[in-house]
Amino acid sequence: MGLDFSVVPSYFGVLLMGAGWTIAITICAGILSFFGGIVFAVIALYAHWALRLPVRGFAFLFMGTPLLLQLFLIYFGLIQIGIDLPAFVAGVIGLGLHFAVYNSELIQASILAVDKGQYEGARTLGLSRGQTLRRIVIPQAVRAVIPPMGNNMIALLKDSALVSVIGVMELTLAAQQAISRTYRPFEFYLAAAFCYYIVNLALEAGLRHLERRIAASR
Amino acid sequence: MTDQAFVTIKNAAKSFGTFEVLKDINLTVQRGQIVAIIGPSGSGKSTLLRAINELDPLSSGEVWLEDVQINKKLPYRQYEAHVNQVRQDIGMVFQHFNLFPHLTVRGNITLAPRMLKGLSEAEANKLAEEQLAKVGLSEKIDEYPSRLSGGQKQRVAIARALAMKPKVMLFDEATSALDPELVEEVNQVMKQLAEEHMTMIIVTHEMDFAASVCDRVLFMDQGVVVEEGPPSVIFQNPENERTRNFLRKHLSR
Repeated sequence: MGLDFSVVPSYFGVLLMGAGWTIAITICAGILSFFGGIVFAVIALYAHWALRLPVRGFAFLFMGTPLLLQLFLIYFGLIQIGIDLPAFVAGVIGLGLHFAVYNSELIQASILAVDKGQYEGARTLGLSRGQTLRRIVIPQAVRAVIPPMGNNMIALLKDSALVSVIGVMELTLAAQQAISRTYRPFEFYLAAAFCYYIVNLALEAGLRHLERRIAASR
Repeated sequence: MTDQAFVTIKNAAKSFGTFEVLKDINLTVQRGQIVAIIGPSGSGKSTLLRAINELDPLSSGEVWLEDVQINKKLPYRQYEAHVNQVRQDIGMVFQHFNLFPHLTVRGNITLAPRMLKGLSEAEANKLAEEQLAKVGLSEKIDEYPSRLSGGQKQRVAIARALAMKPKVMLFDEATSALDPELVEEVNQVMKQLAEEHMTMIIVTHEMDFAASVCDRVLFMDQGVVVEEGPPSVIFQNPENERTRNFLRKHLSR
């Protein structure tokens, strides 16, 4: 049985839907990981130990265990204690928190790298510590961290394939469905890979555009 | 207006560990007076200046602005609130400008007035335009600091401080980081402030500027004020040997 890509176009709609869900889950989890990363970073650097230690424990947990397992825990595990999340939501939370922990590491380093003169400039005007952090330090730290955080976002997009295991009809699962009907794994996995690649190119172009836009304000 | 103690420093002392940076310094600055602090590096002049707005709090002694003690001993929260309040009245200009790179010139100037004085966007914009016109940079209002020269950055930093309508301005070697050809434009702005009778305390290495603009000059060395007086006396006829030695090195250019 040779390769036959002629079956792919008839499942184009299915793959497109799958790609749509992949993009949706990447955007939602990306946003969660971005803001979550800032919150975790601020807690890690400034919060009282009663908040800092549990959050650090949680971070270790998320960094030290497989994402796949985390998704199982959130989707299948939480039901047992009465939290029944839709698969999409569970996927967003799992991916989002997982990458929030990685983003937090970047943002912490970046916050610490903000020049001491920036604090002095702001405090001298009369801004409080909190105001200085919110308006001066974090915006600068986030700008500095956008290139490496972009790499995390690309990793997030690729890892979003894992949510197929909890039944989110994203690109990988869509390809599997097409395969189960046509018995053409090579063609459809390749088509799915191609779709990921295209979405990734778009994401990278977006990130480059963002970097250029903020270049003057760094 | 005259003879009114405006900034008062009483028995100021500060040490880092066993090293005494400031030893029992007393200084009274009247409203509208312009005081230069000169001296070799490590003499404590920047530390003294930074003690005035609590950037480097004193170990002992008092700092007053009019009838408000700046370095009051208070519980942490009250102290923070108090310091944030009094700093609004004390403008400071730094050697390295410390402009906020993520904000435009307009954003740099309007941030604090909007956040702390509750100005509307329109009011704050008007204020930014006024202050920029004063330092001659109206056309740069929408630029980011990275697009400005050092002299322009420092003029924006001055405009940013002035936008808070401070009662006193502190200059911490405001021209030391600038290329020689850019020093004059910043000095011009400071001269103009002097003509408007802004109270200023200026830490500087530029003796010519201190001589031409200031009412009083303090010479500091090893944490003490060695000698002070009008520039005519300090620069032409200093009494102290240390002052003479210092000036010999700095005036023979």
